[in-house]
Amino acid sequence: MICHFHNLQELRHSASLANKVFIQRDYSEGTTCKFQTKFPIELESRIERTLFEDTVKTLNNFYAEAEKIGGQSYLEGCLACTTAYLIFLCIETRYEKVLKKIANYIQEQNEKIYAPRGLVITDPIERGMRVIEISIYEDRGSCGSSSGSSSVSGSTAR
Amino acid sequence: MRNCEYQQIDPRTLTVTPSTAQNQTEKKSQPVRRKWEVFPGKNRFFCDGRIMLARQSGVLPLTLGLIVVTCGLFFAFDCPFLVHHLTVFIPVIAAVLFVFVTISLLWTSFTDPGILPRATPDEAADIEKQIDTSGSSTYRPPPRTKEILINQQVVKLKYCFTCKMFRPPRTSHCSLCDNCVERFDHHCPWVGNCVGKRNYRFFYSFIISLSFLTSFIFGCVITHITLRSQAGKSLVQSIQESPASVVELVICFFSIWSILGLSGFHTYLVASNLTTNEDIKGSWSGKRGAEDSGNPYSYNNIITNCCATLCGPMPPSLIDRRGFVPPDEAVPAASASEIELPLFTAKNDAHRCTQSTKDVLERMVHSSDIPGLCPHGAPKTTPLGLEVPSLPAPSMEPSPSALCSQQHAHQPAPLPCTQFSRSREKDSVQSINPAFRLALPSPSLSRTSLILGDTPDIGFVLRP
Repeated sequence: MICHFHNLQELRHSASLANKVFIQRDYSEGTTCKFQTKFPIELESRIERTLFEDTVKTLNNFYAEAEKIGGQSYLEGCLACTTAYLIFLCIETRYEKVLKKIANYIQEQNEKIYAPRGLVITDPIERGMRVIEISIYEDRGSCGSSSGSSSVSGSTAR
Repeated sequence: MRNCEYQQIDPRTLTVTPSTAQNQTEKKSQPVRRKWEVFPGKNRFFCDGRIMLARQSGVLPLTLGLIVVTCGLFFAFDCPFLVHHLTVFIPVIAAVLFVFVTISLLWTSFTDPGILPRATPDEAADIEKQIDTSGSSTYRPPPRTKEILINQQVVKLKYCFTCKMFRPPRTSHCSLCDNCVERFDHHCPWVGNCVGKRNYRFFYSFIISLSFLTSFIFGCVITHITLRSQAGKSLVQSIQESPASVVELVICFFSIWSILGLSGFHTYLVASNLTTNEDIKGSWSGKRGAEDSGNPYSYNNIITNCCATLCGPMPPSLIDRRGFVPPDEAVPAASASEIELPLFTAKNDAHRCTQSTKDVLERMVHSSDIPGLCPHGAPKTTPLGLEVPSLPAPSMEPSPSALCSQQHAHQPAPLPCTQFSRSREKDSVQSINPAFRLALPSPSLSRTSLILGDTPDIGFVLRP
């Protein structure tokens, strides 16, 4: 069932990668970055649905904020145009700032919620914003005899 | 010891230095490389990955040369006369336009147009698993399109065989650059790069400012010659006094038609939130009058469309050119036996096995030409490589070539069955047999793989 790991360090040293789940993009509203909130069945035994959905919805909100077309983005765009876009060499764009926030959020989620459940979320930017990759780990000690399935019970607590 | 498992973890969650001695020894033997050095597309990188161009830079030097020469001649031969007779603002305006044109051109050429990095082996396997749902054991070409709803309109997503993923909407694969580019507009030889999501605004600025520049120079040169001939000289005499003006006139005359036309066309595209690619293919205008044939990406407001396209937020580059290739890329054969058997389904096993084992083994054979973008699948499936027999060479030979000729018809260099390899077809065949001999203590060359036989969905690796 659920392997209990207290933090990411422990996860690394005592677990082996069992499977990966990929949360695909949701294009129903166009090309803006948004991920599907459908709960994958592989995670059913690992994490509560609400926690997972919260994470994905928060990420979606971050990306919506980054890609929002409004006053600030127009200002940035016009200013950039008047300076022949040289301003991109000097300042950090709003998108980059939000990406940093997203990275911190994912790190925090991994440490607090996912690693204790034997899961690790990979930042979508590392996968070209195509997917949210969730790696599922199994407790190494109890999984020596497992074969083929990701729903192996690895309930031995360390 | 357990290097393979650590690969899966986001490097930013790790402490800064790798902890194992084995890692350190690997690092000493392998120079740390940046990701641009192992980039699979046909691009060239300069300044340690800061600047990128398409491999065929096309006519970019000619474009730059024409602009510089025309402006140079203008400043040298026409400006003195015009400053004297008219106003000093003429060279000032021309200089500003010239600087803006050049900078826009360089931004367009050297910026990542919105390249999508290729799918990792695990992602590709996951997609493959989702595609094949019928479980039929007989070979059939798997469907490679997916229909989705965008703003209540059906849009087909195509599967890219090179990048091993379903292309997002508005993404297209450029055969010249061998990359999938988001919001692909076109590949511009004048600029020497694709025009896509990230550099479309630079491209638009370039052509608009170039239209102004050519029109301005054209007008000024005409004015110059007119003023000269008004001072009691004939036209021929005026031209003889200033021959450079004729050169400028000719260049500008021919440029204006094309540049103004292009500017007008792209202004229309921007206003309707279309790309050249979509417009040429008639993606949204095929069924005029039908309710559901409109452009689903348009905001149905010209100003909003313009602002969204040109003044929208600048998306980041997804290919991380200057990042470092993770040090676990080249896993030596010695560690293969120590790696724990992963818990995959048999289907994924076989696929990842052949795909990733080939990756690892090819790397061992071609140690200097290692593509470094697929860390995940390789080592943890290497032990399976001990079990997977090498396929008989004759059966492998036609498959890669068939795959490559079908799927990469536009591409001169066929891709072997590994994802990111740049090696040629013969390498792929050669690499399998000697690589398997390296990995297997006693290879059974004659035994065909039952795993592979039962899973035709591996097809996208072996067969189209």
